[in-house]
Amino acid sequence: MSGVQRITGRGVAVMRSDVDTDQIIPAAWLKKVERSGFGPGLFEAWRKDPQFALNQPGADQAKTLISGSNFGCGSSREHAVWALMDYGFQAVVAPSFADIFRGNSISAGLVPAQVTEDAAARLAAVLESDPDAEVVVDVAARTVSVGDGVTESFELADYAQWRLLEGLDDVALTLRHEDEIAAYERHRQTWLPSLASSQG
Amino acid sequence: MTARLFDKVWDRHVVASPKGEPPLLYIDLHLVHEVTSPQAFEALALTGRKVRRPDLTIATMDHDVPTIGLDKPIADYFAAQQIARLQENCAEHGITLHALGSPQQGIVHVMGPQLGLTQPGMTVVCGDSHTSTHGAFGALAFGIGTSEVEHVLATQTLSQAKPKAMAVTVDGELPSGCTAKDLVLGIIRALGVGGGAGSVVEYRGPAIQALSMEGRMTVCNMTIEGGARAGMIAPDDTTFAYIEGRQYAPRGAAWERALDAWRELGTDEGAEFDAEIHVDAANLRPAVTWGTNPAQSVFIDDVVPEPDAAATPAARQAAERALAYQNLKPGTAIRDIPVDTVFIGSCTNGRLEDLRAAADVLRGRKVGPGVRAMVVPGSALVKAQAEKEGLDKVFADAGFEWRSAGCSMCLGMNGDILSPGERSASTSNRNFEGRQGPGGRTHLVSPAVAAATAVAGHFAAPADL
Repeated sequence: MSGVQRITGRGVAVMRSDVDTDQIIPAAWLKKVERSGFGPGLFEAWRKDPQFALNQPGADQAKTLISGSNFGCGSSREHAVWALMDYGFQAVVAPSFADIFRGNSISAGLVPAQVTEDAAARLAAVLESDPDAEVVVDVAARTVSVGDGVTESFELADYAQWRLLEGLDDVALTLRHEDEIAAYERHRQTWLPSLASSQG
Repeated sequence: MTARLFDKVWDRHVVASPKGEPPLLYIDLHLVHEVTSPQAFEALALTGRKVRRPDLTIATMDHDVPTIGLDKPIADYFAAQQIARLQENCAEHGITLHALGSPQQGIVHVMGPQLGLTQPGMTVVCGDSHTSTHGAFGALAFGIGTSEVEHVLATQTLSQAKPKAMAVTVDGELPSGCTAKDLVLGIIRALGVGGGAGSVVEYRGPAIQALSMEGRMTVCNMTIEGGARAGMIAPDDTTFAYIEGRQYAPRGAAWERALDAWRELGTDEGAEFDAEIHVDAANLRPAVTWGTNPAQSVFIDDVVPEPDAAATPAARQAAERALAYQNLKPGTAIRDIPVDTVFIGSCTNGRLEDLRAAADVLRGRKVGPGVRAMVVPGSALVKAQAEKEGLDKVFADAGFEWRSAGCSMCLGMNGDILSPGERSASTSNRNFEGRQGPGGRTHLVSPAVAAATAVAGHFAAPADL
């Protein structure tokens, strides 16, 4: 996974709260055994509406999605993140994210940029009046701007920011602590269940 | 110093606390299923890594398995491929797999507890958001994404910032006719669909202690629908009685040592929480969701609410969208809403106690004209136990289809789905748009209300019949 410093391009706003991962990628798509190819399924049901934001001219070029609070709630499917990224999104800007979705985003390299409710509304308003406005998500500075006028800062934990900037292999990061894992394992309670030895 | 149940379990699993990084948490049990694991195993293959602890990993098939015609090959090419891939991956890495057709196969969150694999004080993860179910045993259990599945397979740990702790205290006593499902829908209504984000919830109070293990699992299962990743209930004699004697439960001297440790897990007197809400169980009635998220519910005696009654503009907009999708008008009595389909099953309400509750309503009654009704046991073992009690006959006589174990119509990725515009009463956990099939309309209810609704043809409580 490569790091992400600065995302520059078009934006799309889907200003609904509680966008769940079943909307982002419906379950029927989850039968795939690959990580790629989910883009066509992104917001599959909502895209049947010609008025939907992703059906507007230029939306297929968008790199940043602006949305409402509790984005990504529901199912733990990381496929939702893969669908957004496969479509072309590199960042989602929202007032809050569901916990599992936020973790999945950081693991996969999609930037979950948390702004205030008011900031999300201001950013979306600029896009509404000028859909061609350039959206810049600066991961290092933790700012998002739309057009020339509006720049908002976003929250992103330091450690998450570092992982996104560097595009790190999370497993390799953890394996730096392999000795500590092994030491922990030597002292686990003996009654804990093991599939290797059914107690019965 | 006082500590909460959550702290005690968390602290015992911290492997390392690197400076500037979240703690590394040890995982005692990793549950694996066919849908969220293939890409994780593929990543292991690409990086040349192995499964660190196959002995702490167990797999089954549940999400896209058929629940009918198990004697025939799986018709869905992609489902068949995914199921075959899980078999290959488990064989290659030495992971115990309860495959389709095995007596222990079932929904992953029904299988773990029934084997005695879920025990107090453990950390349990799975690539499924309803892993919160296992918190009913006083375990810290939460759903993860596929990258984290890969991480746990490779390291048996997760890098996790410690969440906040929230208490949901349920006072009083549930009225007759009210179940754990009605309780948790009431809690989510109070909390809001994102109200628990960033927190681990501890459910406590007399109404929680009075619940059976099955009821506690129903409550913890739906914790994620209020935004919290994990829910926990302090283990007590009800918990210990459930575990004792199960296949992977400790025995003899080990059982006594485990019991001593488990009795120490409860939140200490005087410990404080980052947030707390109170719910009075005595004020609850059987619940029915009217909207497209699990916080949008009312009592069965109520009417579909006016969007104007919503607290915020966003909630009002969400309510308007939900009513349009559900094709409902504000002011309509819930009991006047007809249903096409009734689904009893899922990791929320697919256990033996749930099937018994539904069967009690259905004995000597028939499903209403034009209603499609199906019951899908949560596991092959639940199915076998139910058949031993003759529940299959009760369901069949009433006009229900008696299926084999799986997630089935909870999530619309196997053969069991709603058609566009169809309306269901469902004992599952999510009423999102299209959750049970594109264009389908879902109303979440308890097993007893689902059974009564199947008979009446519209939403009904058992007492209405």
